[in-house]
Amino acid sequence: MRIPGWSLAAAVLLATVGMISCQKAGPSAEGADVRLQGSGASFPFPIYSKWFKVYSQAHQNVEIDYQSTGSGSGVKSFIDKTVDFAASDKAMTPAEIGRVAAGVQLLPLTAGAIVLTYNVPGVKELKLSREAYVGIFLGRVKKWNDPAIVKTNPGVNLPGSVINVVVRADSSGTTFVFTQHLSAISKEFAASPGKNDMPAWPVGTRSKGNEGVTASVQTTPGSIGYIEYGYAMSQKMPMAQLENKSGQFIAPSTASGQAALATMNLPEDLIGWAPDPEVKDAYPIATFTWLLCYKKNPDPRKAEVLRDLASYILTDGQKESEALGYLPLPDAMATKVKAAVQNIQ
Amino acid sequence: MPSEAQICKPPTRSQAVTDTAFRALCQGFTWLVAIIAVIIVLKIVVAALPAVRQYGFGFLSGHVWDPHKKVYSILPEIWGTLYSSVLALIVGTAFGVAAALFLAEGFTADAVFALLKIVNLQFHPFWGKFPVQVENLLSNLIELLAAIPSVVYGLWGLFVIIPLIRPVCHWLHADLGWIPLFGTNLSGPGMLPAVIVLSIMILPTITAIARGSLLAVPSRLRMAAYGLGATRWEAIFAVTLPTASRGIFGGIVLAFGRALGETMALAMLVGNANVISVSLFSPANTLAALLANAFPEASPKDVGVLMYAAMVLLVITLLVNVAGAYMVQFTAAELEGEKV
Repeated sequence: MRIPGWSLAAAVLLATVGMISCQKAGPSAEGADVRLQGSGASFPFPIYSKWFKVYSQAHQNVEIDYQSTGSGSGVKSFIDKTVDFAASDKAMTPAEIGRVAAGVQLLPLTAGAIVLTYNVPGVKELKLSREAYVGIFLGRVKKWNDPAIVKTNPGVNLPGSVINVVVRADSSGTTFVFTQHLSAISKEFAASPGKNDMPAWPVGTRSKGNEGVTASVQTTPGSIGYIEYGYAMSQKMPMAQLENKSGQFIAPSTASGQAALATMNLPEDLIGWAPDPEVKDAYPIATFTWLLCYKKNPDPRKAEVLRDLASYILTDGQKESEALGYLPLPDAMATKVKAAVQNIQ
Repeated sequence: MPSEAQICKPPTRSQAVTDTAFRALCQGFTWLVAIIAVIIVLKIVVAALPAVRQYGFGFLSGHVWDPHKKVYSILPEIWGTLYSSVLALIVGTAFGVAAALFLAEGFTADAVFALLKIVNLQFHPFWGKFPVQVENLLSNLIELLAAIPSVVYGLWGLFVIIPLIRPVCHWLHADLGWIPLFGTNLSGPGMLPAVIVLSIMILPTITAIARGSLLAVPSRLRMAAYGLGATRWEAIFAVTLPTASRGIFGGIVLAFGRALGETMALAMLVGNANVISVSLFSPANTLAALLANAFPEASPKDVGVLMYAAMVLLVITLLVNVAGAYMVQFTAAELEGEKV
């Protein structure tokens, strides 16, 4: 078969015209004067994209792109200066901060809690003591009617079936915060598997992402797993009450999570953890997630937009968080963070 | 009578130019593909080198992956990759080749023809085309399986396959647990759900290629077999299948390659536990799943180790493809018999 020369030429011409017109379409779409690029943590992605959308709708000349690539690669792009800002659930280590010549301002803008969700037929409410839930994730508490669980749940008909522990297969900030808490309350856990994004769990099947863990727990009777509070709430998963440092059994909620956050006395760099909050009504596993900004920005307009954006998030933005399952910052803390926003120049 | 000048004339200038340009374009793209492949391999090897130096061959023989203690090794992943792929290939080949035979050897058409015959429409100008159309429809449907995104397969496995097979697995483990294949209990994600989904994912590759090669068998071979008194089954197994074997094996090798590299569905279904077990119900891990799980939050130090794992996966895939190519050569030559 012979292809007529003109049709080939026409095809090439069409393709070229197509490419040129596409290139033209590019700049016209971004009528924005200021364009911010960010990447990082996936945990706050839903709330960030909500905030960024609301903000750029109110400010026609601003466009904000955020890619949820994970905390690790967020920090990496931030050090490599391929982004204007980044986000991380693990903040940054002093060594990492040292590698950024322009200076780093970390802003805790929202927070979340990690819950234990379970699927035990007939059990509506479950209270887990520290001994019980550390034991479950160390593989020492093997059955649902183990004395450690029965002791704190009088009157609940617990089956004698094996506990199917579900953990995250992928490396994640959620796992980091959860293992940080378990390491804080158990020396044995701290030694092994220890605090990590993707530790070598001694027990359990592993599922990918919050959605994977949720699916495994939902479809396997007798399971327990850890997921983010917001995710558990939107999926209406049952959540266990956990014993906190004061010996109280606390259900995860906005109030109990905020109580945990309030125990943190944020230092100058705004990096604070509450691996085991001491207050009586605090839920034991809550954590901030940080926005990473450069202190010295090459483009003053970008710095101005970042400051303005952060101020919006710290005031009106906080009202959006609860509906999406995040914890609004306690007021005193929001004021402190707002002061730090001025360091972005 | 047209004159000689009208029948043959030298190509015009524009024809000559497009001809040369087209040839250059094709050549350029061919080289580009080859160069990209080489660059990818080089980049991975370079990124993996520090980890290769640090961990050496111990990386391939140990059982532990513990970032907290900085101990890394991938034997369970290598085992899981090969085990899941081989099992999926066995299931996928059995079903895929059977489906290809059914579609290529006229069984479907015969059945539809027989149905039409009942209502005496078999030679109707419209209905009479049905047998062939049904065959095409079925093979298109099977090829459509290849268009389903991997993550959808994964979710389907989590929410449909696992609850579906759980009772059977419990029964098999309880009553036949002494067989190593059923040695552990299924607790959600594990080898069997992964294998089931994986075999469905590679099915279209096998079926499409096998059907193509079966259809390409010259019909005079079949006719000759019938002429010698062979039954339909004898003709299929003694003549058609051996003649098409080279193409079918090629399809199987291609499917094996896909099974080795499949990532998302396996990361969701295989259980991601560093366990080496022949039990179908035990959770396991594969190299591709490990990479997908560990990469997003990997610190710069871990990236080298993951690149080492990626390099191992690359080498395995390469070896399988080379071995597959040789196997195709030899077995096909054997089965096809001497060329007349």
